[in-house]
Amino acid sequence: MGRKLLLTHDHVEGIQGYAAYRANGGYRSVEKALKKMTPDEVVEEVKKSGLRGRGGAGFPTGMKWSFLAKPEGVPRYLVCNADESEPGTFKDRYLMERIPHILIEGMITSSYALGANTSYIYIRGEYFYVARILENAIAEAYANGWLGKNILGTGYNLDLYVQVGGGAYICGEETALLESLEGKRGNPRIKPPFPAVAGLYGCPTVVNNVETIAAVVPIVNDGGDEYAKIGIGRSTGTKLISASGNINKPGVYEIELGVPVEEFIFSDEYCGGIANGKRMKACVPGGSSVPILPDYLVCKTAAGEDRLMTYESLSDGGFVSGSMLGSGGFIVYDEHQCIVRNTWNFSRFYHHESCGQCSPCREGTGWMERVLHRLEKGEGHMSDIDLLVDVAKKIEGNTICPLGDAAAWPVAAAIRHFRHEFEYHVLHPDKIKDPKHGYREPIMPVKPEPVTA
Amino acid sequence: MAEVIQGTRAFNPSTRAGIQFSEEALKTIEALMKRYPEGKHKSALLPVLHVAQAEADGWLSPEVMDYVAELMKLQPIEVYEVASFYSMYNLKPVGKCVLEVCRTSSCWTRGAEDVVDYIGKKLNIREGETTADGMFTLKTVECLGACGGAPMLQCGAEYHENLTEAKIDSLIERYRAEGRRKCYTDLDYQNTK
Ligand SMILES: Cc1cc2nc3c(=O)[nH]c(=O)nc-3n(C[C@H](O)[C@H](O)[C@H](O)COP(=O)(O)O)c2cc1C
Ligand code: SF4
Ligand code: FES
Repeated sequence: MGRKLLLTHDHVEGIQGYAAYRANGGYRSVEKALKKMTPDEVVEEVKKSGLRGRGGAGFPTGMKWSFLAKPEGVPRYLVCNADESEPGTFKDRYLMERIPHILIEGMITSSYALGANTSYIYIRGEYFYVARILENAIAEAYANGWLGKNILGTGYNLDLYVQVGGGAYICGEETALLESLEGKRGNPRIKPPFPAVAGLYGCPTVVNNVETIAAVVPIVNDGGDEYAKIGIGRSTGTKLISASGNINKPGVYEIELGVPVEEFIFSDEYCGGIANGKRMKACVPGGSSVPILPDYLVCKTAAGEDRLMTYESLSDGGFVSGSMLGSGGFIVYDEHQCIVRNTWNFSRFYHHESCGQCSPCREGTGWMERVLHRLEKGEGHMSDIDLLVDVAKKIEGNTICPLGDAAAWPVAAAIRHFRHEFEYHVLHPDKIKDPKHGYREPIMPVKPEPVTA
Repeated sequence: MAEVIQGTRAFNPSTRAGIQFSEEALKTIEALMKRYPEGKHKSALLPVLHVAQAEADGWLSPEVMDYVAELMKLQPIEVYEVASFYSMYNLKPVGKCVLEVCRTSSCWTRGAEDVVDYIGKKLNIREGETTADGMFTLKTVECLGACGGAPMLQCGAEYHENLTEAKIDSLIERYRAEGRRKCYTDLDYQNTK
């Protein structure tokens, strides 16, 4: 059993409520930080911990915090990103629903470290019932003196609010989120300026993911060095993984970074293997935006080493033979899933969610969706395959925000590893016209022959 | 992507006659606006539109949006452009229960299309349509963050996961019996102040 830092008390009766949370050591980090540490000392512990942003990009949190501008007389804000809309990701919801107070506690400790006196949790509108759970937890925290004026008699003031969104994946992108929090359309801003300098209402702002903020609690309690002992290299601590798709035990698992991918998929402690005794065909290890991997690259790298659940190991091989840890949205596909169909599904998602500001993204995502749909219906041409690669390349790197890349990568990766399956769709339209064609005739990935020098 | 608002026209206070939110909703809206710094109350627009939608039979007509603009002291266009950007705001009337089935990858691989087909046949509507009695609307939506419980659907504030035909049957029966639209209205926003 791996160590747990966030879900330690997951199964304690009543842990959703304040009394049980407090009885199990809750809010110690606030006491410690406010009474015994300066804000800079808290930032220092977070730096030492090596914690990297859990929202997807993996940027070192301590470094991000130290970039926060601190002009005199200007308020600073901490905004928690609870938009969680990356397909395959549902860990933040699980955490907020089961142990809402760990997020509230993390928000207080982190707001103190950053010198924020007003903080917001921006949560996707669909998580409405979770927003209510958070509202209740916040009310309990106010009632017990953890929020409001002069917290613990230290003179530190903090107000914390939840804001619900309106349904838009793009509002997970931090500058779109800030626009949305200001009551506007979720159009990402051009950077720079970065939020650390001009964020919410033009003031210095830190935006962090739910899990990142929650991780500050054990880091302050036990010290950054202790946290950094878990994991491998620059992947420290624990990570929540949302496991879904064709596995026996879908759900949220807290892992120590460094667990072998093979163990994660096949052991009973985690996913419990592929459902219905089937074979694994492919895996998207970090949410829909990261490259898909064919079976032979999931548990082993191209060099034949065991792949581990770390930022570095999952991206080993770059985009040629690797992927990314991303948000930890781990989706497994069995032999009967059609990759063309799935790629079309993702494309439709990105087209639907493009905010429409940049033409490569707005037009390109729609174009990819239409071409993929045509291929999936058995009406495609061979030239469509390279057309898709071409469109993906033209979107990549040419947009205001990374949604464009996120739309391009899955398509490029699917064609890179499953080209023969795309070709099969063109060559056998009769078979493809059956919408359940994936089930009739499994097409497994073809491992390329090693090139001998 | 953004939808076009049908029937948008010049701001005309007289068209709001007859629209009036409940006392509770008005109080909630006022409290919501207080959550932001002086002069930044526009920030409350997204949550306020959810309240408005719940008060206005589940959708935002141009008149309702004008009313929201007046309540929040915003220009109507500021409200229209937000309402048309986000997928949760309905710009056309919807049934008393909107069944939103997730159609994204994890749910798709575990039978989301069969769920849509089953509900469609059972209620005799296609995706995007509302039953003749105005009770149910069937929609497909993108990932709702419940991929581990695939296939799933959302109705109002409720999530229903690991759907089976039997589960769908009893769900529809319950909703029909309740005949309700219950969603954003029952939030006690005053909690934090
Ligand atoms: C299109 C897009 C969607 C994103 N969605 C989310 C999200 O739902 N949740 C999240 O925490 N970060 C999301 N991010 C990443 C955020 O922009 C940002 O990097 C993150 O909130 C920073 O927090 P962290 O450093 O704690 O990870 C998204 C980024 C992009 C480009
Ligand atoms: S890349 Fe797409 S989502 Fe991002 S700003 Fe441009 S159009 Fe909008
Ligand atoms: S894919 Fe359906 S909830 Fe995520």
